[in-house]
Amino acid sequence: MKKDIILCGVGGDGIVSVAKIISDAALNKNLNLKQSEIHGMSQRGGSVFSHLRISDKPIYADVIPEGQADIILSSEPMEALRYLPFLSKEGCIITNSEPFVNINNYPDMEKVMAELNKIKNVVAFNANEMAKVVKARSNMVLLGATVPFLDLDLAELENSIQHIFGRKGEDVVKSNLAAIRAGYEFAIKAK
Amino acid sequence: MQKLLLLGDEAIAQAFIDAGGSAINSYPGTPSTQITEYVIKSKEAKEKGIIANWCANEKTALEASIGVAYAGKRAMTCMKHVGLNVCGDPFMNAAIIGTKGVLVVVADDPSMFSSQDEQDSRFYGHWAMIPMLEPSNQQEAYDMVFFGYELSEKLGTPVLYRIPTRLAHSRAGVQRRASLPQNPLTEPADASSFVLLPVNAKRLYRNLIDKQPLFTKSSEESGYNKYFDGENKKLGIITSGIAYNYLMENFKDGKCPYPVVKITQYPLPYNMLSKLYDECEEILVLEDGQPFIEEQIKGFLGKGKKVMGRLDETIRRDGEMNAEKIAAALHLAAAQTMSVPDVVTNRPPALCQGCPHVDSYTALNAVMAKYNKGKVFGDIGCYTLGFNMKAINTTVCMGASITMAKGAAEVGIFPSVAVIGDGTFGHSGMTGLLDCVNEKANVVVMILDNDITAMTGGQPSSAHCKIAQICIGLGVEPEHIREIVPLQKNHEEFVKVLEEEINYNGVSVIIPRRTCIVELKKHIGEKK
Repeated sequence: MKKDIILCGVGGDGIVSVAKIISDAALNKNLNLKQSEIHGMSQRGGSVFSHLRISDKPIYADVIPEGQADIILSSEPMEALRYLPFLSKEGCIITNSEPFVNINNYPDMEKVMAELNKIKNVVAFNANEMAKVVKARSNMVLLGATVPFLDLDLAELENSIQHIFGRKGEDVVKSNLAAIRAGYEFAIKAK
Repeated sequence: MQKLLLLGDEAIAQAFIDAGGSAINSYPGTPSTQITEYVIKSKEAKEKGIIANWCANEKTALEASIGVAYAGKRAMTCMKHVGLNVCGDPFMNAAIIGTKGVLVVVADDPSMFSSQDEQDSRFYGHWAMIPMLEPSNQQEAYDMVFFGYELSEKLGTPVLYRIPTRLAHSRAGVQRRASLPQNPLTEPADASSFVLLPVNAKRLYRNLIDKQPLFTKSSEESGYNKYFDGENKKLGIITSGIAYNYLMENFKDGKCPYPVVKITQYPLPYNMLSKLYDECEEILVLEDGQPFIEEQIKGFLGKGKKVMGRLDETIRRDGEMNAEKIAAALHLAAAQTMSVPDVVTNRPPALCQGCPHVDSYTALNAVMAKYNKGKVFGDIGCYTLGFNMKAINTTVCMGASITMAKGAAEVGIFPSVAVIGDGTFGHSGMTGLLDCVNEKANVVVMILDNDITAMTGGQPSSAHCKIAQICIGLGVEPEHIREIVPLQKNHEEFVKVLEEEINYNGVSVIIPRRTCIVELKKHIGEKK
């Protein structure tokens, strides 16, 4: 089993922190993993990414070589396209369809979606709307939508959410659990 | 024990706590910040009475570590690569002293994700003639802290511990070891070794030279440098640190057909490398950094065989190492890749919405527009992003805003404005301001005070709440120290203050003070 995942978005949107939850679940399953991210200047409102590698065999590099990622998980549609060189031919993209516009020259959304739709496996949906319903962050919905493409069970990720958010109180855990379930169910139908 | 999921940085920090470390004194800098931050936040470290401090700069931090070592305890100082320049003086002299129990952890930034250059710290360690460690993964990063202290105490030398960004900021499972007690307080065995008068220094430098064979012997025998045999002797490969991982990434079965020497400890293990050199027809050197090993082996192995690496640009000389570059050097088939669609536009980092620096730069830009010969000398921090607002003309190194403004003003640039943050002012702006005062230079120094060292994630700033007092102490005239709250509603007043101070022929300091917006949100979040 091997899953190479690129998580990407815009500095400060928290997508990179989702990696922590998947990592926790993988570690509990005794899988090998490496997760690399970028801090510092590159965080400030610029495009950000994290490489997450999970495998039952030894993992060497901390970063995924180009053309080998199984999944791109993006908080924003244009950012998903930025990391296309990493995606394998069989790979899939899970992305929020809502753009994050903090630049003057953000491209025409129709063109962005047209490029996304050229990829064989794409799950693109308005994660902001879905998150609002369950009063959670869109990241958690996106994480849920990724679960069907991981070799991890929903229950394993739910355990990790308990583990990681437990100290923040029952309400936070509940809304996050609701969020990943909502994303999960959507992706199962879309898959 | 369950494995901990740790960043390379955090693995080093946890190992410091577990290996009997007594004090960690550092200055924040990407990608090294999370080491010291981890110890500061660690409950376990607190219970053990471990000292964990952010210092004014890397020099004061490393000197504190030398003090800790003087008392016989284990010390660590962490910094980014350019920080090693700032503490070059104590670093070189700690080597002469033969300081025991000091690990100098330096995080290099190949590809300059968040830095102004990609200098390779191994050249410093080589220059100082001390052992160096360069772990290849998170587990080694943990284990080699223990080893580093043993080596340092056994051989009487500080140890340079080098990691690149990708190890610093990548997580993996790490197995902890049983915790060691801290060293007792002791007197140095040779008290005169800490007094670097020429009479002592000459003797100590000779000692350091005489210890070199012991350092090399450890590199050959410690087990951290490894020779892996391979059947195809057409090529022999030398890897340093994490470059080994990028090599192996190309061989899915974990078997490289060529013999490989994996280097994680320096000085170089000459015997191991000679064996490889003698057996193989050509040599390929893979380093995540500058061609440090490559240059050295050309010297001592130079028997005419072809050595490939970054010097001959078999591997591009700039930028970080990766699996793809190695695949190309080995003529392996590249994976098919898609390209980035043309529709994708750049999204460069920018100052946050609501950032106080934006208001400061808006006012400054409005004033500077009236002076076409005027220049703004910038510095290192979030506010370097003022370049995107066309608000600054330069960024060179920590503290250079004030001193460059002084130099430029003295030869005729007017207005000559320096822009520096509160953290950087505390790090190395104060001495430059004293120069300005002593020469009565015609400069306006804007000290952007956002209460925090923001760029690296919100560490306390050493000059916090003391900036105006420091300026007065350095001799700036109190009536030319002007404080203002950088907000849109104060724009007109800000512009007026700037104009008045530009027109004053002498040293003016303007302190726009408002808390970093990210920090403010964090506090509001905590209160909730």
